[in-house]
Order: sequence, then C-alpha cells, then structure tokens
Amino acid sequence: MKSATIQHVQVIRFTLQRLLHTPVASLLNILVIGIALSLPVGGYVLLKNVQGLAEQTAGTPQISVFLAAGTSQEEITRISKELKEHAAIDHIEFVPRDLALKQLQLSTGLADVVGGLTQNPLPDAFVIYPVALDAPKLELLRDDLRSWPRFEHVQLDSAWAHKLQAILRFGRLAVLILAAMLSFALVAITFNTIRLQILTQRDEIEVAKLIGATNGFIRRPFLYFGLVQGLLGGATAWLIIACSLLLLNYNLAELAQLYASNFSLHHLTPGDSLALLGFSAYLGWLGAWLSVSQHLWQIEPK
Amino acid sequence: MIKFNQVYKRYPGGHEALRNLSFEIAEGEMVFLTGHSGAGKSTLLKLIAAIERPTSGSVVVKGQNIKSLKGGALPYLRRNLGLIFQDHKLLFDRNAFDNVMLPLQICGFDHRESAKRVRAALDKVGLLNREKANPIALSGGEQQRLCIARAIVNRPTILLADEPTGNLDTEYSGEIMNIFRSFHQVGVTLLVSTHDETILRQFPGRALALKHGELQP
Ligand SMILES: Nc1ncnc2c1ncn2[C@@H]1O[C@H](COP(=O)(O)OP(=O)(O)O)[C@@H](O)[C@H]1O
Ligand SMILES: [Mg+2]
Repeated sequence: MKSATIQHVQVIRFTLQRLLHTPVASLLNILVIGIALSLPVGGYVLLKNVQGLAEQTAGTPQISVFLAAGTSQEEITRISKELKEHAAIDHIEFVPRDLALKQLQLSTGLADVVGGLTQNPLPDAFVIYPVALDAPKLELLRDDLRSWPRFEHVQLDSAWAHKLQAILRFGRLAVLILAAMLSFALVAITFNTIRLQILTQRDEIEVAKLIGATNGFIRRPFLYFGLVQGLLGGATAWLIIACSLLLLNYNLAELAQLYASNFSLHHLTPGDSLALLGFSAYLGWLGAWLSVSQHLWQIEPK
Repeated sequence: MIKFNQVYKRYPGGHEALRNLSFEIAEGEMVFLTGHSGAGKSTLLKLIAAIERPTSGSVVVKGQNIKSLKGGALPYLRRNLGLIFQDHKLLFDRNAFDNVMLPLQICGFDHRESAKRVRAALDKVGLLNREKANPIALSGGEQQRLCIARAIVNRPTILLADEPTGNLDTEYSGEIMNIFRSFHQVGVTLLVSTHDETILRQFPGRALALKHGELQP
C-alpha cells in the first residue's frame, strides 16, 4: 500500500501544479535564473569557439628535429618508423639536408651566399606534427624527443601556444568567477522563493505535522520545486544561448564568406548541455534545501 | 494506553497550567475531561499528542514516553492519534474531500484506496454530499464534523477531542457525541474534553475533572 514511487510521482505532480498555480511568478523566476546562467555559460561557449578558431587559424604546432651529422640512411629509416609509431605524433615529414639547402636558397634570397658554400652545412631534419595541441603536452613530447639518440637539436615553437593558453586561462577564470557569482544568485533566488512558499503554507505545514507528517514528507515538495525550477532555468539558459548563436551565425555567414572561411559558432556539446541542466537542477535543489532547513523548524504546531 | 505520572506543566512565563497529575486510561475506554475554561484541558490533550512537553513527570502513550521521544518517532506516534482540535485547523485552500485526504497522503496510501476511505469517513459524519465544498462554506457544526472525519480516516487507536461540542447547540452536540460513542463501541480509546456538564449527564462514563490545573477527586 505504501509505495515510495507513488509518493514521488504524487509530489512531482504536486510540484508542477504549484508551478502552474502562479504562472507569472514562476515564469519570471525561471527567466531570471535562465538569464543569470546564460551569462557564464555563454562565456564558456564563446571561449570554446575561440579556442577552436585559434587552433584552426594559427596552424598546427610543429616540432623540428635536427639529426646529428653522419646519421646513416638505415638509421633514418628506423627513426622515421619509430616516430610514426609514437602515440603522441600524428604524422611526420622528413626534410633531407639537400632539400633544406635548396629551400634556403629559394626562400631567403641568399642564393649567392649558399652558392658560395663548398659543402652543405645543414643537417637532415624531421618535422613532427603532434596529436595534442596544448602547450604542456607539446613540451612533454619535446622533452621526450630530446632524449632520443642521434637527435642533436629538438625545437618546439610553443610561444604562440603559450600565449593562447594564457588568454584562454584568463578567459576561463573570468567565466568561472562569473559562474560562481551567478550560481550564488540562483541559490539565493530559490532560497527566497521557497521561503515565501513556506510562509504561505504555514497552516498546511502545521496541520501536516500535527497529523503525523515526517519532516521528509514536508520537505520533499519544496526540494522538488527548487529542483524543477532550477532545471527549467537551465533549459532556459540553453535556449537563450541557442537563439543567440543562431543570430550570430546568421550574421557570421556573410563575414565568413568574405574571408572564404566556413567558420561558425557551435553550441554546447550534448555532454556539456547535460552538465548544465544537472548543475542548475542541483543549485535549485540546494537553494530549496537551505531554505527549508532554515525555515521549516520554526513552524511548530501549538 | 495513556498514563500520566506526577505531571507538571509550566508555560514559559511561569504559568503553571497543570499540577501533579497522575491517572491512567485503559485501552478502549471512553473518558471525559471536564473543567472550567483555563483549567488546563487543552494543555493535557497537547501533552498526549506531544504538541507540548511536560515540565516534569512522565506522560506515556502507547508505551512511549513523550519526554524522551526522538523527533523521528514523533510522526509515527501521531499517526496513531486522531486529533480533533478546538479551532478545527482545517485548510481553506482545498475542499472537504482533500482535507480528509491529507492524513492518508501523509502515510502514502495509494489514491484509489484513499478515496474510498475518505468517502467512508465523510459518510460517517454525514458530510458525504458536501465533499466538494470548501470548509469555509461549512457551518460551525459541519466544520467540527469535517475535523472528526479527518481524525478518523486513518483509523487511529486513540481519539482526542478538545471541546468538540464547544459552540454547538445541543442538537448538534448530541449528534457528535453519538459519533464518538460509535467509535467507543468498536474499541477506540477516547478522551473528550468539555466544559458542558449536560453532556456528562447524557453520556455516562468516567470523567476526569480539572480545576486550576489539578485533578479533582
Ligand atoms: N501557550 C501558552 N503559553 C502560556 N500560557 C498558556 C499557553 N496555553 C495555555 N496557557 C495557559 O494555561 C492555562 C490552561 O490553558 P488551557 O489548557 O488552554 O485550558 P482549557 O483548555 O481548559 O481552557 C490557562 O491559564 C492558559 O492561559
Ligand atoms: Mg481549551
């Protein structure tokens, strides 16, 4: 007869009824939560897109490896094979010293100087294209390569990566601070909504306690309310960002055409979207829980 | 079923509402609690329902000492009690049916079973045709009976009624006393407070007489 699921279903239905009971207030609350959340989440989305764009336009970072003089052809073949099998390496390019010299002649206009050389001073080289693009992993790979025999000089041009990382780090920090502040706002909004609900349902709570309601039973509708309100707020934030991106992309399309690029802004991944909904639902629940803990015990039947 | 032993109740502010009460009510008994207004009748009933705690002495209900009752056990004790309040404590944001439904919702009964029980309880107090009415639209006597329906719907073993006939004319109060007698007949333990001596003459039974918070011999 006492089925826990029946009770929970009842409470959820009750919660939705409560939301619909005051449609304007509920809608405003959900909108406020949605807008508050959409700021940090929107920042996060932009950050992700900037990161993608930067990686796309700045080109892939490379590591140049110069071989020691006198490395034999067999050794080069073996090294080349080992590099190709390395997990952190996407693909490689071998630059024989003759080709390097020719390129130098062509590209720098030092044809005279180079032509005057009796002997090619350049070493054989590999250009390595790594899988990972972030600075710490690149540096790790560079250090690894440095320990290989016959590699005389390993050079990673990571300045751009460092700069990008620094900018992104700054952006992430800004988004995080914003998210923390607005999460607090969400909790506060829910706290207050629930406080008002508890006040208006004083009689009901008192009577329920008198006829044997457990604290859990009295708490549950408020907690569910906070959870559902937070969840709907999160969904609203998602929609706000979706609409903004739609608008931005529409305008971006023209711009991108001018630059012959097909760049467009992407929304949250499904995983991130779920995280957003889960987090907003949790914050709503937390606000309700704090409010209930704070206010419910004050109502004791007389 | 209910046992008081040297119970004192002093309210914050120093007023001593009950003084040295010792008595016992056996299972299935129907007992009246009489006394002038301010004698301590409501306070005594509140002690049984653990709405108030005794200042000293012990109150034992169904083998559980109210004073040492843990917060978590309190709701389950109250589910054994049917409480009929002097001020009814009905909820005006829902109709009569839903008011009576509340105790069953709290215990987690399924909806169909509850609906049957609610109708049976409303029928018992003669309010079946008013189930859709808001309590505010009911007369004083009807509100009192609705309060009784809510108290009995959960089939409590103990029924506590605080001046259930308080401001009703004799015809209505006779009706309500008849309802109580029918519960007595099925073995429910009843404690009914009243300041109306005529009821005592109509319904003979054991009476506890309070005067200024003390039990009269
Ligand atoms: N919550 C309270 N705080 C202080 N005094 C109270 C409180 N409740 C009742 N009293 C006092 O205790 C005495 C007994 O009250 P009560 O039990 O309500 O009597 P009765 O129900 O017999 O009229 C009265 O003098 C009343 O003023
Ligand atoms: Mg009283």
